[in-house]
Amino acid sequence: MSPWTFRLCLVAVLGGAALLSVLNLALPETAAFHVPTYAISLAGKYLSFAMLALAVDLVWGFAGILTLGHAAFFALGGYAMGMYLMRQIGTRGVYGNAILPDFMVFLNYKELPWFWHGFDNPAFAIAMVILVPAVLALIFGWLAFRSRVSGVYLSIITQALTYALLLAFFRNDMGFGGNNGLTDFKDIFGIPLQESSTRCGMLIVTAIFLAAALLVARYLVTSRFGKVLIAVRDTESRTRFLGYRPERYKLFVWVLSAVIAGIGGALYVPQVGIINPGEFSPANSIESVIWVAVGGRGTLVGAVLGAVLVNLGKTVFTGALPELWLFALGALFILVTLLLPGGILGLLGRPPRRPKNVTPAAEPAE
Amino acid sequence: MSGNRETLLYLDGVSVTFDGFRALNSLSLVLAEGEMRAVIGPNGAGKTTMMDVITGKTRPDTGKVVFGKDTDLTKMDEPAIADLGIGRKFQKPTVFEPHTVWDNLLLALAGDRRPRFTLWARQTSEESDRIDAILKTIRLREHRDRRSGDLSHGQKQWLEIGMLLAQEPQLLLVDEPVAGMTDAETEQTAELLREINRTRSVVVVEHDMAFVRALGVKVTVLHEGSVLSEGSIDHVSNDPRVIEVYLGR
Ligand SMILES: Nc1ncnc2c1ncn2[C@@H]1O[C@H](COP(=O)(O)OP(=O)(O)OP(=O)(O)O)[C@@H](O)[C@H]1O
Ligand SMILES: [Mg+2]
Repeated sequence: MSPWTFRLCLVAVLGGAALLSVLNLALPETAAFHVPTYAISLAGKYLSFAMLALAVDLVWGFAGILTLGHAAFFALGGYAMGMYLMRQIGTRGVYGNAILPDFMVFLNYKELPWFWHGFDNPAFAIAMVILVPAVLALIFGWLAFRSRVSGVYLSIITQALTYALLLAFFRNDMGFGGNNGLTDFKDIFGIPLQESSTRCGMLIVTAIFLAAALLVARYLVTSRFGKVLIAVRDTESRTRFLGYRPERYKLFVWVLSAVIAGIGGALYVPQVGIINPGEFSPANSIESVIWVAVGGRGTLVGAVLGAVLVNLGKTVFTGALPELWLFALGALFILVTLLLPGGILGLLGRPPRRPKNVTPAAEPAE
Repeated sequence: MSGNRETLLYLDGVSVTFDGFRALNSLSLVLAEGEMRAVIGPNGAGKTTMMDVITGKTRPDTGKVVFGKDTDLTKMDEPAIADLGIGRKFQKPTVFEPHTVWDNLLLALAGDRRPRFTLWARQTSEESDRIDAILKTIRLREHRDRRSGDLSHGQKQWLEIGMLLAQEPQLLLVDEPVAGMTDAETEQTAELLREINRTRSVVVVEHDMAFVRALGVKVTVLHEGSVLSEGSIDHVSNDPRVIEVYLGR
């Protein structure tokens, strides 16, 4: 996490988004360097995933919490945004109902469920994008960290959390569109979603949020708080004997991380045009951990790099050999774990300070 | 010597059982304010377990642990006990390896431990002065910017003693501080502990008899979880029971 890689990453994220937008909007479609609009949305999707990866790296790389359920926070932020976008459709749905989204009319809902109220208001929806993941993370983290659940057990319950949400959101009577999720969005903040300029705008907004999240994360991990956090990651019990309460440190970073993931999800949904329960699937959470491992755990920049590269690879690969993607991903993970413990960033020289799972933590047990 | 001083730490009939095995068996011990006490005993005698009980890591099945006038430590957890002013050095030196020597001391310095403070904390000149002073005491000045994980075993031991000092505890529990040290280092450590003892109370566990002798303090011999003998080093090393279970081997 040297300063130059960090700055380079900020420049690449912001500059890349700006450059792609210019190449999309300013050049005629026939020009050699014209970037098609679908590629703009694809880039926006990668950067949304990069926010999820950054969130994972904050808790895994710096607090030692191997989360296997972080996509849950991403998906919840996504659903909050999706509910706003559904309400934006108004009478333009298939059934032309001004209040009820199509799927509710189809399922014979008589009125809007209570938890859908307020989502026509963008400010309320944005507040929910932040609050829903934050509150869930707060409750979950408070229970888990207070009772000192850690390691594999914690990983398993994070996985259980996202799986439970997956099952719940699949149910039609939950009121979130069941299997099909939320889709057919028309506008965002009154602006038509399909316009190229809107797409470019969303990419740039995503890049700005990602850059801001990177700055916040970097401040956090280089502060004294971050030093305590790293100490907790490697030798948690030792910090207790110094008078620190590791559970408070973990809880803070856990909730912050959930919020970053939630914002990532909210940015993701309008750009891909759909949110469905599949986003809660355990495999998504595991993939996000792989992005971080590939880029380099505990480096922040590596998370962004890993998310973009692996997803770029996924786009190319699933185009050519869709059925082999999961095998390729698995092989990539094994290769990185065995050959590149520091990830790609570890290759760039100055090895990141090696996380403690490589050399087992010296627990002050005796 | 310590007869009329206030009692700082009082263990009364403390027992700890691990899966039916009695690690501490009705252990009682009294430490006076300002005292330094050496604790010796064979492997598995319960020395480390005693420290675990005092620092809140292990809850005793029975017995009382009283600190100061009437604070019952068995009701408190580790950070609360650390806050009271009890610091601990572990048997296996445990420093925050990715951090520099300086940062290890910074994290140990007495001060606000809450996230809301550390999030915004800036290092003050007062803090750096204190770290400088400790670095001098523990002889690690030239190593201040080194990653602590790269230090030698003996240097880590000292860094941990330095972290203990930075906490400014009233009572220091020091588990095997000279394990893995050269004779010269051992001597310096004895000197350092005596120096620390001028202002603080110390309990030091050690197998190295030359070191214990050099400390020149009252010795408690533990065996199978309770006190076998107590007194001056000459007294305990002439005690036939101590010779039988510990020194004789
Ligand atoms: N968490 C635990 N679970 C089970 N047994 C334990 C635990 N901690 C300590 N013991 C046992 O309790 C006994 C006392 O251990 P302790 O570590 O206190 O001994 P010690 O006097 O410090 O020995 P040493 O000189 O080897 O450090 C040992 O037999 C040890 O195996
Ligand atoms: Mg021991």
